Amino acid sequence: MTEQEVENLEIDLLLEAIERRYGYDFRNYARSSLKRRVLRRMGIANLARVSDMLSPIIHDEIFFDNFLKDMSVTVTEMFRDAEFYVGIREQVIPLLKTHPFVKIWHAGCATGEEVYSMAVLLKEAGYYDRVQIYATDYNKQSLALAEEGMYPLEKVEGFEENYRKAGGKNSLSDYYRTRYESVKFDEGLRKNIVFAHHNLVTDGVFGEMNLIICRNVLIYFNLTLQNKVLRLFIDSLCHGGLLCLGNKESVGYTKAADYFEVLSKSNRIYKKIERPDSFTERMPSRL
Amino acid sequence: MTGINYQAVVIGASKGGLSALSILLHELPENYRMPVIVVQHIHEDSTSRLSSFLGRHSRMKVTEAIDKAPIEISTVYIAPAGYHLMIEADRIFSLSVDPRVNCSRPSIDVLFESAVDVYVDKLVGVILTGANTDGAQGLKKIRAAGGLTLVQDPRTAEAIEMPNAAIDVVKVDKILPVQELGCTLFKLGSGVREN
Repeated sequence: MTEQEVENLEIDLLLEAIERRYGYDFRNYARSSLKRRVLRRMGIANLARVSDMLSPIIHDEIFFDNFLKDMSVTVTEMFRDAEFYVGIREQVIPLLKTHPFVKIWHAGCATGEEVYSMAVLLKEAGYYDRVQIYATDYNKQSLALAEEGMYPLEKVEGFEENYRKAGGKNSLSDYYRTRYESVKFDEGLRKNIVFAHHNLVTDGVFGEMNLIICRNVLIYFNLTLQNKVLRLFIDSLCHGGLLCLGNKESVGYTKAADYFEVLSKSNRIYKKIERPDSFTERMPSRL
Repeated sequence: MTGINYQAVVIGASKGGLSALSILLHELPENYRMPVIVVQHIHEDSTSRLSSFLGRHSRMKVTEAIDKAPIEISTVYIAPAGYHLMIEADRIFSLSVDPRVNCSRPSIDVLFESAVDVYVDKLVGVILTGANTDGAQGLKKIRAAGGLTLVQDPRTAEAIEMPNAAIDVVKVDKILPVQELGCTLFKLGSGVREN
């Protein structure tokens, strides 16, 4: 075995241990970024080998919690990729408005910045009261922060700038109150948002959604897991439901490609199309 | 380098990289038999313009690297701004929005290190002009795995820090002006071998 094959074996064992000990399944995460994170944690812990992490991962829950933090994607901001939110305003909300009531699922909402961004757009379109938003994440700490809706003041200047680039009609400060060094979003913006724990890797179908937003989450998964999660999205979308991915993600390389038509290529907005042959026929039955 | 069939070229560039890349890519033929994968440090909003700019200077197809896209020969891939670009074992791309490395996202080190894992000694690493030290550690790993390491001659670089940083930590195979780097890459990937 080469040195690299040995290291891969060690990572396999580590992920197997985590799955059996804690139930979090990272085995089908994209290996290159997972490896960087594992090696980084190994360095911080001053360990020489990946397999040296096995004992603390299994026996030391604080060590595992830190590993879990490493694995959660929380690099996000409000109105990240302003053009995407212009697309939401101009292409998605008009479609939603043809329904008397819609359900929106933010899958992998991390600390909630993009959920509140969406809520602001819906408010400004005069449509917020006919919407139920579900915001889910597998990381309970992130989810608690998202539910709190409080962000450090130093970040808000950037949020304001993104909001203006995204065609914001007012000032973002219309939606929050400043408390000491943070801002907290108003109850009026939060009342139709439900925060819930959901793990895309291990949990099941989520409602009859009109819109699913899942941006920069799939990039952390390999194609096997992308296929599985997109299957979950197809099953969770209503007839003609919409799916929004990150700007550099695509359903095009997955088995889900034939189940969506492209509404906006640049903004990665897809519409579910019905197909007579079922996706499951082409997938292993356990998926 | 005689007799080795290299399978991929990875290039890192920063300040001054646009003109260096356009000179270098100009040397490569349309049917170049390797993929050329580029990290150019650039402002978050401007990658698609970078691909179309370089497309005008290249006979090879130039495109932005999309998550999970298969890596094909005769294609120049540009790392999207704001994302790290990596290569998976099954020779497809993956992206991440993990924290910056060397104050950069995309980071040259991140691309180079993941490329070494996949291509091992069949990899050519190139460091061009730049005003930081990103890429030096990645190039060191390419060298350690037995790949070929090329660096732009700092005397010809718009910004000397990045080539110098690479030369400081790696016993590089060749230090050349950018057009000659292009000629070297041409020979490695168009069927003509140096004897």
